[in-house]
Amino acid sequence: MIELDHLEKVYLAREGSHRALHDVSLTIGEGEIFGIIGQSGAGKSTLVRCINLLERPTSGRILIDGVDVTNYQGRDLRRLREGIGMIFQNFSLFQQRTVLDNVMFPLTIRGEKKDHAKKRALELLDVVELADKAHRYPSELSGGQQQRVAIARALANNPRIMLCDEATSALDTRTTVSVLNLLAKINKELGVTLVVITHSLAVARHICDRVAVIDEGVIVEEGPTRQVLENPQSEAARELVSFDSLEVK
Amino acid sequence: MFDFSAFFAQYGNLFLQGTVDTLIMTCVATILAYVIGIPLGILLVVTSPNGLRPNRIVSTIVGWIVNIGRSVPFIILLVALIPFTRFIVGTSLGVPGAVVPLVVTAAPFAARMVEQSLEETDGGLVEAAQSFGASNWQIVWKVYLKETLPSLVRGAAITFVTLFGYSAMAGTVGAGGLGDIAIRYGYQRFQTDVMIFAVLLCVVLVIVFQAVGDVAARKIDKRRR
Repeated sequence: MIELDHLEKVYLAREGSHRALHDVSLTIGEGEIFGIIGQSGAGKSTLVRCINLLERPTSGRILIDGVDVTNYQGRDLRRLREGIGMIFQNFSLFQQRTVLDNVMFPLTIRGEKKDHAKKRALELLDVVELADKAHRYPSELSGGQQQRVAIARALANNPRIMLCDEATSALDTRTTVSVLNLLAKINKELGVTLVVITHSLAVARHICDRVAVIDEGVIVEEGPTRQVLENPQSEAARELVSFDSLEVK
Repeated sequence: MFDFSAFFAQYGNLFLQGTVDTLIMTCVATILAYVIGIPLGILLVVTSPNGLRPNRIVSTIVGWIVNIGRSVPFIILLVALIPFTRFIVGTSLGVPGAVVPLVVTAAPFAARMVEQSLEETDGGLVEAAQSFGASNWQIVWKVYLKETLPSLVRGAAITFVTLFGYSAMAGTVGAGGLGDIAIRYGYQRFQTDVMIFAVLLCVVLVIVFQAVGDVAARKIDKRRR
């Protein structure tokens, strides 16, 4: 379970401060697929980066399974991050490493023995149906295949939580669906909690159990996906829905 | 008609010795320059304002050392460093006498080349590594250095060629080498044929080494294929 408790994030810049998050409180249940939706610049990425502390909140607390991790440093922080997988919009695969080496990366930095790490990585590549590409390099793969490798890499440490930062935004529709289905399968079969950041309502509709709508750093609405998308209460959510129907037509 | 066989019979050994001296000086100096330059380059990147561990004091001090090292003309360094060179290698003459000032001038150059290469690292990859719990050391070794290896190799080739040029001045301290031959025989004794051949040899060697560097960099780069 992830609990965010009154998070604030303020960036200080020479031209004055910018408030990226304001009074964000959320509870994301074990095994849930939780969507955070909003326009670009609304604070989605900042919010998700607070969960694994790639961003430090200015104030507020982050609790993972009831433990306050907000001020974790050094080894504690690295242990925490090992339990939280993450995938990115641009895949962020290591270009000079083979697919296999990419998936082994989280294991070897933890000091895992090479042959054990290799065995585990091959298992994971099997899960994402890319075992035959193990010795290829990322540049030789399509976008969808690269994101599957990134998913395998994110799963290497058996995380309980996986953060997906616009994971399908760089993919075409068909590939998006197959990657989302893979994520849904991982959630169902491994019980991994998914936090899905997206600006696309289609993505939210496709896999999220619940969603929160974020606008200018504030959570303006939260609830079951269908309820929020069919009957939006907030101005920001209504706007997202109206833009969405524009896109379809 | 120019008599090549007589020319080589007379100067063959001279050119062979000159080539060997030049290559030893340049290779040894490049290697030692990187032994010093790589840690300095890493330090510059890691302590920069957007680095893994921003530290204005360290960054400023290292930056100054590197800038000062790069701004003193080599020919002046060569002479000014004579006492230091004597202290390090026991002599200020010959090939060993030239290697010390070559390293002193090349290490800051190498540091900047390394810095520039490492700066090319995609920030998303650093973030990804952090998200898996990588420590700063692991990020330096396994992300920065690994991901920019082709660029580092290209930088090393440029450093090598630059030092190759500098080594010509090493004749000033009796280190020999092709540049020294060109100056002593060609410029001072008006033996134009010797000078032209020495310069040609330099051109060929530079082209070969630059090509080797380029091919090696392309071979190890897995980004596009």
